[in-house]
Amino acid sequence: MHHLNGVYIIWYRDVLRFWHDRTRLVGSITFPLLFLFVFGSGLGSRMGSLAPGVDFTAFIFPGIIGMTVLMSSFMAGISVVWDREFGFLKEVLVAPISRASVAIGKTLGSATIALLQGLIILLFAPLIGISFSFGTVLALIPLMLLLAVALGSMGILLATRIRSMEAFQAVMQMLMFPMVFLSGAFFPMDGLPAWMSVLVKLNPATYGIAPIRQVLLGIGPESSFGIVLFGQTLSLWNNVTILAGFGTVMILLAVWSFGNQQ
Amino acid sequence: MENMSDNIIRVENLVKKFGALAAVNDISFNVSAGEIFGFLGPNGAGKTTTINILCTLTKPTSGTATIDGLDVVHQQSQVRRTIGLVFQDPSLDERLSGLQNMRFHAMVYGVPGSVQKQRTEQLLRMVELWDKRNQEVRTYSGGMKRRLELARGLLHRPKVLFLDEPTLGLDPQTRNRIWDYIIDLRRREGTTIFLTTHYMDEAENADRIAIIDHGKLVAVDTPGKLKKMVSKDIICVKTENNDDAAEEIKQHYRIDVRRDGEGITFEVDNGEEFLPPFIKEFSTRILSVSLRHPSLDDVFLKLTGREIREEEVTNDLKAMVWQHGRRMRH
Ligand SMILES: Nc1ncnc2c1ncn2[C@@H]1O[C@H](COP(=O)(O)OP(=O)(O)O)[C@@H](O)[C@H]1O
Ligand SMILES: [Mg+2]
Repeated sequence: MHHLNGVYIIWYRDVLRFWHDRTRLVGSITFPLLFLFVFGSGLGSRMGSLAPGVDFTAFIFPGIIGMTVLMSSFMAGISVVWDREFGFLKEVLVAPISRASVAIGKTLGSATIALLQGLIILLFAPLIGISFSFGTVLALIPLMLLLAVALGSMGILLATRIRSMEAFQAVMQMLMFPMVFLSGAFFPMDGLPAWMSVLVKLNPATYGIAPIRQVLLGIGPESSFGIVLFGQTLSLWNNVTILAGFGTVMILLAVWSFGNQQ
Repeated sequence: MENMSDNIIRVENLVKKFGALAAVNDISFNVSAGEIFGFLGPNGAGKTTTINILCTLTKPTSGTATIDGLDVVHQQSQVRRTIGLVFQDPSLDERLSGLQNMRFHAMVYGVPGSVQKQRTEQLLRMVELWDKRNQEVRTYSGGMKRRLELARGLLHRPKVLFLDEPTLGLDPQTRNRIWDYIIDLRRREGTTIFLTTHYMDEAENADRIAIIDHGKLVAVDTPGKLKKMVSKDIICVKTENNDDAAEEIKQHYRIDVRRDGEGITFEVDNGEEFLPPFIKEFSTRILSVSLRHPSLDDVFLKLTGREIREEEVTNDLKAMVWQHGRRMRH
């Protein structure tokens, strides 16, 4: 109960802070939208349809949602480094709440913001001819949260070890862009060069984006939208399990590392 | 001197090493409940490190420390509930308002909602920030931030309040005001106050002072006794004929005199008792007399062989540059 309260307060403060800084919201959704329209209209006409009824723009749209969630969830780490730099982390660390609840509250805070941004992007779906039901949204929410929590706790883990803002931002860029581009967000997974296919399958984000795409476009994993691992086509639940496994390890490491920092 | 059970802070043989450097090098002291205890020492002496250990942020290399009977290593969360803190460097959320910073603090310390409202208002009024409560903290001046941190540190009614250089980089007016709050707080609530400073004049407000240098305690006592310990009162006279006067003092009182500027300076054990007969009996005409009690600067110089002042200047400069740098990054 006490721990839950700590998680709630940390979460609340991060969300409140985000609310104070709404321009960040505008900034963080213009980039993905720009991506969508530039890539979609630039490449879309040359690509034809990738599956019955799915053109290139529709194909990358779930990828763009995944990218938005991924980039935003990395903010969990940024906010830890930021708090350390501006001293507020001390106020938090000396308070009578556990380090674990701080780490988890931070992860959930950034996941909430990531989810909000993902949902805002989703609102643009009708513009590019994707229709979805309320049930689809309900199914997408846990998928987006899972992706955000898994990658957010990775951000926290990094932030406990990388102290300076500059270094953290450099590492983030180094990680974030490969994670976005090698996740199947922008291209189908079949017919990739072998080396690239390996990298894509090592990337945890891949297992978060594929289910988002399958659910949003209503197309099963047996198409070119699925992931084939060791000769097996992964079902939606396989994907979720893999990502959840990765997320659990990351959360445990993040909590451990957060508790052990000086 | 005090009853052992009254000691709310107990520190025994505390050591903290960073690699080869002993930032805190085997220090022991007690602070009794309700005391204002000052930790005085130059920059890098180990003051902040000591506070960090006492407030559970840093683990000591060896030795023990308890606060209200709670061990700072093994009973961390109870210790944290017992203490309030104002850190040396700002620790506010600048993007939230003053009121929101207070509310966050109340929430993490489990101050119930009803009490919190009334106490927040009382504290913010005390530090004269009630009118600014809804402004984002980044719009506050350095002094306002410091006052907000002080109010925040008191919100959960800590038994012990730690203040790490509470007035560093502030103008004299704000410094005085913060001291008024501190003294008033002890009077009304009986809060024990542990503070560090490298301002000598400020340390004189404490009931007792520990002088720390290079991680070691050089002396622990009341400001009065510390000054008695090392220095005499200093008297400065100006006369119509300083040469004659100097000669007369040497002959009559058998003490050394120093000529400086237009006057003569010499030291006596008790200036207040010395002066009246001196003025009456002195044969050279006196133009002016001044009596100066020894300051803690003199104490520090005597105990460590160094002036604390030199460091003070660089430290203030650093604080300014640092705060400036911080503003630039916004
Ligand atoms: N985290 C740290 N790592 C290494 N050295 C440190 C660390 N913190 C403090 N020190 C060193 O310990 C000494 C005491 O520092 P500090 O306690 O901050 O002094 P003060 O607060 O009296 O100015 C200094 O020499 C400082 O450089
Ligand atoms: Mg210090």
